Amino acid sequence: MFNFYLLVVILLISFLFFFIGLKEAKKLRLVYKNNLHSLPHYYGFYALLASLLPSLGIYFLMTIGDDFLFSHMIKSYIPDEVTNAKDYNFLIALAQINNSVEGLIFGTPPQWVTDAAELWKSWVQTSNIIVASLCLLTSIASGYYGFLKINQNFRSRNAVEKIIMTLLAASSVIAIFTTIAIIFSVVFESVRFFALIPIDEFLFGTVWNPQFEGAERAGSGQQGLSQYGSIPLFAGTFLISFIALCVSVPVGLFSAIYLSEYASSKERALFKPLLEILAGVPTVVYGFFAALTVAPFLRTTGSMLGLDVASESALAAGLVMGIMIIPFISSLSDDVINAVPQSLRDAGYGLGSTKNETVLKIVLPAALPGVVASIILAVSRAVGETMIVVMAAGLAANLTANPLEAVTTVTSQIVTILVGDQEFESAKTLSAFALALTLIIITLCMNFYALHIVKKYREQYE
Amino acid sequence: MSKKFINPLEATELVKNSIKKRRAKDNRLRLYGRIAIGMATCFLLFLFFSIFTKGYPGFFQYYVTLDIKFDRERIDPKGDLSDTSLYEGEASNIVNESLFSIINPQGRKAKKEARKIVSSGKDLRIAKLVKNDPSLFGTVTKVKFALDDDIDSFLRGYINRDTPESERRISDNVIAFVDKLSQENRISYEFSDYILKGSASGNPEMAGIKGAFFGSILTLSVCLLIAFPLGVATAVYLEEIAKKNKITEIIEVNINNLAAVPSVVFGIMGLAIFISIFGMPRSIPLVGGMVLALMTLPTIIISSRAAIRAVPPSVRDAAYGIGASKLQVIFHHVIPLAMPGMLTGTIIGMAQALGETAPLLMIGMVAFIVDVPNSVMDPGTVLPVQIFMWADFAERMFIQKTSAAIIILLGFLITMNAFAIYLRKKLERRW
Repeated sequence: MFNFYLLVVILLISFLFFFIGLKEAKKLRLVYKNNLHSLPHYYGFYALLASLLPSLGIYFLMTIGDDFLFSHMIKSYIPDEVTNAKDYNFLIALAQINNSVEGLIFGTPPQWVTDAAELWKSWVQTSNIIVASLCLLTSIASGYYGFLKINQNFRSRNAVEKIIMTLLAASSVIAIFTTIAIIFSVVFESVRFFALIPIDEFLFGTVWNPQFEGAERAGSGQQGLSQYGSIPLFAGTFLISFIALCVSVPVGLFSAIYLSEYASSKERALFKPLLEILAGVPTVVYGFFAALTVAPFLRTTGSMLGLDVASESALAAGLVMGIMIIPFISSLSDDVINAVPQSLRDAGYGLGSTKNETVLKIVLPAALPGVVASIILAVSRAVGETMIVVMAAGLAANLTANPLEAVTTVTSQIVTILVGDQEFESAKTLSAFALALTLIIITLCMNFYALHIVKKYREQYE
Repeated sequence: MSKKFINPLEATELVKNSIKKRRAKDNRLRLYGRIAIGMATCFLLFLFFSIFTKGYPGFFQYYVTLDIKFDRERIDPKGDLSDTSLYEGEASNIVNESLFSIINPQGRKAKKEARKIVSSGKDLRIAKLVKNDPSLFGTVTKVKFALDDDIDSFLRGYINRDTPESERRISDNVIAFVDKLSQENRISYEFSDYILKGSASGNPEMAGIKGAFFGSILTLSVCLLIAFPLGVATAVYLEEIAKKNKITEIIEVNINNLAAVPSVVFGIMGLAIFISIFGMPRSIPLVGGMVLALMTLPTIIISSRAAIRAVPPSVRDAAYGIGASKLQVIFHHVIPLAMPGMLTGTIIGMAQALGETAPLLMIGMVAFIVDVPNSVMDPGTVLPVQIFMWADFAERMFIQKTSAAIIILLGFLITMNAFAIYLRKKLERRW
């Protein structure tokens, strides 16, 4: 709450400088008979930005940095007998202290935790005072500096525009930072995972059986029972994706052909948005539908036919996922089919071919790269889809091609491992990051390839 | 290879003979197209039908009407209507006594079972009633209480009274009690006041979406506040300011890639960066909103760029012509004219974020939280995650509540998308 009020005060001060700057500029305009370089409000904006930006920078630096600083400083206050203990983990000690600071006390914490928490609290108070005074001082001082710069010849518009340009450019870099953050967050943990488990075992092993290992087993160097072969997970992922494609490719492609070539404009106006509704339904709804409607239905149908269908069969998840990705295929294919120049169709009709022949022999071959790209994008969507498989697919890693059995997928393993309590530094927790890394690589490759195909063939007819 | 010469008359004959077949082929393709569209529509209708038929009863539940003697001494022993005083009071005993006077349970076991007939939220309900209207004290008033979820399921017919007692979730005694209550016309089926006003609860009859709803609103607000300015700024920079060079190309490739990254990966990033490195608490809407903002950013950027591109160059030239600077052109003309398109994209992005579950699971928004979050720093959950959690519970009644929550979520999504379409139709200008 303190931080929030500080932010509000900083904002108020900068607004104050805006009005001071504006007033000063208006005065100057009267003095110099409209002979000011910029419009008055630019002077106000300059004062505002001069006051706001430096103090905001300090504010964010300090509020983000203080936890780092404190957790580094607290290290020396943890007694030696604790740090020397066999099962000592700094992160756990830190969590204990933080809980104590926030008043979440379970049982009676050891004396050193309470002491450290007291110390921490006093640091927070000191840092609050320092941050507040520093921010306020900077905002007033730099605002005053901005105010002092106001004179007849000061090109405030140019200065303000330069700052805004920089801000716009900076915000566009966020996309790069996000990518870096994603890579950073998975690569580091994956490297640690591959230090524990050889990479070839992960990539080519056929048994996936992660267990939380007790500290004593890890300490004694004894081989655990865990096995981290990711083949069954990827097999399961691709089995479910394949089933999904079996549903969505024919339905999506024929819908796209019908909508772009046969349908009247009325039909098109009705069915195109209808198909897009399918893309707007949240995946958790599909997951619920798969788990509670489709799976039991398949199970009863299967038992009537004498088939043994698992209650979390790959078929149920795959079918529902197929429904989900119909619109991805249909609307992208529709776009590329529409992009085929009308002259090609007219040439076909001119030679006396029927619509069917024009579509199959002229339009589709011309649109094929785009159609293939749309299918690849749909596969990448299916591979990365999470909620449907978490809710409707199983957790047991079976290496099977039978769609009636339960399989598990990469994403559902990631969710199962990372949701809830985790063990620090254990191979099981780290394996989720390695899975995520492989998942990212696969989806990005597909995406690149699809975009490449589209780019390569796009200008052929223009 | 010699070319075979076909004389024109023969050719005409050939075409004439084959035309029927070719037309049939054409009709077949048309038919396949219709079947495909029909299947997709059927899937959609079936999905909605199945959710609605399951979810509609979730908005209702069974209540029992009891005559409650509002005895101030027993309900509010300290007499100040404070929470502690009401907590110390014995409201549930009063309810049970009133119930017992009707069904008359004999023996310890029967009494124990009878106590469970009325939902465990009965004392809270009485506390709420007297807080709102202290004049109730001293009167005997009819009050409606929710029935326990097992009895609710029984009354809906999910539990068959003909199955042997040992395989049933409720005993013969309880069935007799419920029959007695319905004979006296005390059981009613009404619009549930828990589904909208209740929060997360282990008791399905008391569970509601209020907490998740406010969590969703807070999370989406954070998401909007971050993603909209950033997205518009990036779009403006890339379309209007940046020169086409390596760096802008890298940024564009990056944005396209981010759009393809699976959503669960954004959750992992949130976990690793915001929670592990920046030390932010788990399960708070602030972190959820930030993760969703990064996830929806590509959607907003791409649609905003399209909107900016649609503004004709003549507008810019006219502004430059009367002496506007580049930023004046952008802020006074291009952005206002592109705003409808940008807003449409933003609403669609927000709808995406509202339905997103997986990344929020990663950052711990699955915690069981009863309190309604008041600020972005309070732990909370969101609608889709609430649906995910309820879907996992075994109690029959949770299926209905889950479907009801899904109906509400879909309602919001449809409203948002419809608003986006309306905005586009209403405000978009054709140049």
